Amino acid sequence: MSYVLALPYIVFMAIFGIGPALYALLMSVSKFSGGVPQYWAAGLDNYRLAFGDARFFQVFGNLLEFLIVSVPLGIGLVVLLALLLDMRPGRSSSMLRLLYFIPGAVTGPALVLLVICILDPTISPFGPLFQAAGSTNFDALVFPGSLPFVFTIMGFFAGAGMWIAIQHGGLQGISTEVVEAAELDGCNAWQKARYIKLPYLRPYIVYQTILIFALNVQLFVEPQLLTSTWVQANVPPQWAPNQLAYSYAFDVGNFGAAAALSLLMVAIGLAGAIVLIRWTGFFKIEA
Amino acid sequence: MIHQTATNERARGRLSLRRHVGDLGIIGYVIRLAILLIFAIYFVVPLVWLLFATTRDPTSLYSSWFPLTFGSIDRLVTSWNDVLGYQNGEMLLWLGNSIRYAGLSLIGSLAICIPAGYILAIGRFPGRRALLWLTLITMLLPVSAMVLPLFLELNLVHLIDTQWAVILPAMFFPFGVYLSFVYYGSSLPRELVDAARVDGCSELRVFWNLALPLARPLLGLLAFISFNANWNNFFGPYVMLSTDKNYNLPVGLNSIVASTSALRPGFNPTPGAPAFVQADAAMAALFMIVPVVIVFIFSMRYVTAGAFTGGVKG
Repeated sequence: MSYVLALPYIVFMAIFGIGPALYALLMSVSKFSGGVPQYWAAGLDNYRLAFGDARFFQVFGNLLEFLIVSVPLGIGLVVLLALLLDMRPGRSSSMLRLLYFIPGAVTGPALVLLVICILDPTISPFGPLFQAAGSTNFDALVFPGSLPFVFTIMGFFAGAGMWIAIQHGGLQGISTEVVEAAELDGCNAWQKARYIKLPYLRPYIVYQTILIFALNVQLFVEPQLLTSTWVQANVPPQWAPNQLAYSYAFDVGNFGAAAALSLLMVAIGLAGAIVLIRWTGFFKIEA
Repeated sequence: MIHQTATNERARGRLSLRRHVGDLGIIGYVIRLAILLIFAIYFVVPLVWLLFATTRDPTSLYSSWFPLTFGSIDRLVTSWNDVLGYQNGEMLLWLGNSIRYAGLSLIGSLAICIPAGYILAIGRFPGRRALLWLTLITMLLPVSAMVLPLFLELNLVHLIDTQWAVILPAMFFPFGVYLSFVYYGSSLPRELVDAARVDGCSELRVFWNLALPLARPLLGLLAFISFNANWNNFFGPYVMLSTDKNYNLPVGLNSIVASTSALRPGFNPTPGAPAFVQADAAMAALFMIVPVVIVFIFSMRYVTAGAFTGGVKG
């Protein structure tokens, strides 16, 4: 009887989850010449091709740099802002929380379009600031070395507000008695944040880490539009692994190599997730 | 008398300042305020600039000494007409498509994921653990890995370049299943379910009459996340849809920007493409942003409501 409720999900899982994943596995060992797939014909050639591509280590290096910048910075700032807002609950804090939340409506192409304008010192609202810092044109702000930061700033702009709201929801769960007891013991606002609220937020921080990691590994739209489709900035056309896979598939028609590369990304994503889950005991709820 | 009032007011002012500073310390008070305001600028100024940009012609954009200035009503009207007139009104068509795709995907995904999350949390059946692990794994699969096999799969059943190529894959929403699972696992008392079963309720009735009404906060949060994800869905539709009449807004916006020189002054626009300037591009972006802002303002309380609260306590 239980299956009735789970059945639609199982069917969709098979068609849109497992099916394509297994098919990707098959594609990764197949040859695609002249558009006709020859299944199993490629052996490990596609993997060898991907590994042998000079861009392979480049794109994964870029992704690693982006993750190292974006994950800790994003989570640190979100927690900081959530705690600061929580120090003085009230109308002005709620107002600020809503202001931080609204940019979440700007994503995908709209986000890239906005960021391109904001990072062009000649029209940007922060233009005078950039020019004072010595950056007078777009290329001075957007170049290969700055991209991990550019994508971090983009992601934080659109994503931080939602996480601040979620952390705020978490902070509502702290019992007033604990806070009052701490006040009686002479805790000030900063000590309360550090020793009571921060430890309490731990599960939320773990949850956010896993999701941000999973999301950021998938980086595609932002570099694709920023570097090759729209602006042709001073940046390689394939900057992230997803872009390289896309290029294999749609620029050269090698679906096998695209699948092989994507599966390597799955492996990396899963390994990262499993390490995080083990390390943080996130799955306790399931036990 | 007047003097008296003034003194009182000053005293009250001092008192309220002291109350504001409170246990933050004066330095702490200033630091907190400074950080919060700097981030307010970071989050708000680009949006305000975008609003103003729709009213400014290129000369104003490049030459104005103050970046947040209003241009002219005329330019605003021109931007509006340019965007609405793009390819005989395709923008409105895309807006309609976006609403339809996001709406149908939302309804479908919730109808599938809430019962599944519920039964994974409450039921004990063979294959349950495997299904949970598959849910986690499929949550992590990169779009690039899935989009090609999906394309070939949908091609077999001739759904490419139809709305179903966007809607059906979006109805598979493992993240929603996972959230529902966490929600029911932590906030639905087992005794209640057992009592209902003892009273002879079927599994379906327990779900319909007990679990579903309890899921109001969950429903709000899931609807928010699902709508948002579907509204912004770019990569899938970009690959699946080839006729521009079927585009959703993100793909449409991309095609507008890619065909004009609005963002790259040196670029020769595609022949026949309208001469869009930045103000038009900004207006087109607003078409994509404004509906979501409305949804955001109404749904923030669901995000804050702590639908996870019980859930992630671990």
